[in-house]
Amino acid sequence: MGTPAADGRFGEFGGRFMPESLVPACLELEAAFTEAWADDAFRDEYARLLRDYGGRPTPVTECTRLSERLGVRVLLKREDLTHTGSHTINNVIGQALLTKRMGKTRVVAETGAGQHGVATATACAMFGLECVVYMGEVDIERQALNVFRMNLLGAEVRPASSGSRTLKDAINEALRDWVATVETTHYCLGSVMGPHPYPWMVRELQRVVGEEAREQCRAVLDGADPDYVVACVGGGSNAAGTFAGFVDTNAKLIGVEPEGGAAIGHGVPGVVHGSKSFLLQDEHGQVLEAHSISAGLDYPGVGPEHAHLSSIGRARYVAAGDAEVLDALQLLARTEGIIPALESAHAVAWVIRAAGTDELPAGSTVMVTLSGRGDKDAEQVMKVLDART
Amino acid sequence: MKLEAHLRERRDAGRKLLVPYVTGGLGDQWTEVLRAMADAGADAIEVGIPFSDPVMDGPTIQEASQRALELGATPAGILGELRGVDVGVPLVAMTYYNIVFRTGHRRFARSLADNGVCGAIVPDVALEELDDWGRAAADASVETVLLAAPVTPDDRLAELCRRSQGFVYAVSVMGITGERQSVAQSAGVLAKRMKAVTDKPVIVGFGISTPDQAVEAAAEADGVVVASALMRLLLDGAAPEQIGDAVAAMRRALDAG
Repeated sequence: MGTPAADGRFGEFGGRFMPESLVPACLELEAAFTEAWADDAFRDEYARLLRDYGGRPTPVTECTRLSERLGVRVLLKREDLTHTGSHTINNVIGQALLTKRMGKTRVVAETGAGQHGVATATACAMFGLECVVYMGEVDIERQALNVFRMNLLGAEVRPASSGSRTLKDAINEALRDWVATVETTHYCLGSVMGPHPYPWMVRELQRVVGEEAREQCRAVLDGADPDYVVACVGGGSNAAGTFAGFVDTNAKLIGVEPEGGAAIGHGVPGVVHGSKSFLLQDEHGQVLEAHSISAGLDYPGVGPEHAHLSSIGRARYVAAGDAEVLDALQLLARTEGIIPALESAHAVAWVIRAAGTDELPAGSTVMVTLSGRGDKDAEQVMKVLDART
Repeated sequence: MKLEAHLRERRDAGRKLLVPYVTGGLGDQWTEVLRAMADAGADAIEVGIPFSDPVMDGPTIQEASQRALELGATPAGILGELRGVDVGVPLVAMTYYNIVFRTGHRRFARSLADNGVCGAIVPDVALEELDDWGRAAADASVETVLLAAPVTPDDRLAELCRRSQGFVYAVSVMGITGERQSVAQSAGVLAKRMKAVTDKPVIVGFGISTPDQAVEAAAEADGVVVASALMRLLLDGAAPEQIGDAVAAMRRALDAG
């Protein structure tokens, strides 16, 4: 998982399919990030903020009771323990630092579940940046608490009322805002998607997850790497960061998509929001609405590097359905005292389903990135579980 | 019909160019709208092939696209309806890249040409990604119109004007399509910069809503694209003749200068 080609391609995926109005901004961002990422002072400041503000390093937790139950040895990389409660903080601290460095004063972002929106609002508050977060109307309803949090942090939440009124429409609105305000505004994209340099930049900003996890796993596993490394995939930022730390090991990399939004599982190559990747679309090229119980995963596309890793066979992408995700959430809560975000519960669900089968043989070691904590989803989960009984 | 040759000839005769837009598949009478536009003095017509996620478009065009999709519009269906519709001026398809990519570059280019469309605007294919589509379009004799923006730097603007075919589309403002109160100052500045590096027709679009605005926007440029104002009328239930009347008012204003 090195630097993409000059045109932003990971194999045949990626690129920069953007209206001319935004191409200069993408070029400026690419130059700014390339320069900053090579600058020790920037890297040091980023690392300092991740440590002192973000709460890094996050631990790796060995799940003894779950392991016993499943017959595989399960380790969790605890991104739920970061400030704001998910891996998204790693990305936004980096992009907020970059915004300052570029001399911009305003940030726009999109959010699905609200995690990226809350993280962006948090970083903007800390850096004194104006912050506008676009969120689909449906998601605003599902994630009222996160909307309140963003407002409390001083961000303005604007509803995206077009299309499916979820994450993809919030991205459309954020892009529209960015076109009109690009001189003063940085678009803080939340995942490893969008036009070059975003998929690369966001993966680099999330690389810390995988690099920490690799060292920590070696400490726990007597110098060995886990047999399997698993992470949930919507756009795929936590998975990209996680995989970056293990791509040159022998670990099998597993990305878990939501059943109703499995872009790699059910999609075909397409282009939306600036890059070529797998995409849920109809035979005419219209983008289909994705579905997931997790607002953070119901995106019809996936980051282009995941499409590439899948196509070269380095990572495998599987899907988990809503029901098994809810079961996984409850099992992890009851066996380990950890309530995962619905996103992360997808990764746990696959481990539970696959444990003891040929897919994940008994006795294997498996490291799962727990991308976020479940507080934000508690109300929604309560309603769904109530309706079940 | 050749797009650039046709527009050059008219421009060189001293005429300001008027390019109205219609969303393909928006209602039963959309091809009648084309005819009304041509009869009212359009020099070319943009036909939108709706896409589910039109990021460069504002609320009006998005609503038009959405409604057309709900009515069952498909790229092949829209192009099929154009077969045999000869309105006497060139037709330019406007769509987003995923529609082209999904159909296949060569197949899409051929289907434009086979159905009488001689130009294409694909706003999310910028210079860096132009090669594959550009080759397929050229092989099918479809001229690909490129967009220039107020933030496009000089060297890039020159390259963009060089590679654009048919005309060069000047995006008047940093923003999305939609009606605006006034013509942005950036429109004139950009058109002037483009005229300094190309003799291809330079046509300004985005936010041109009224005859007065058309005249103002065409002062430095060779003409205007008008889209949202006309689609608003159509969405509100205007008949093709009424769209024709609106285009005719623009025509009169441009002719009177």
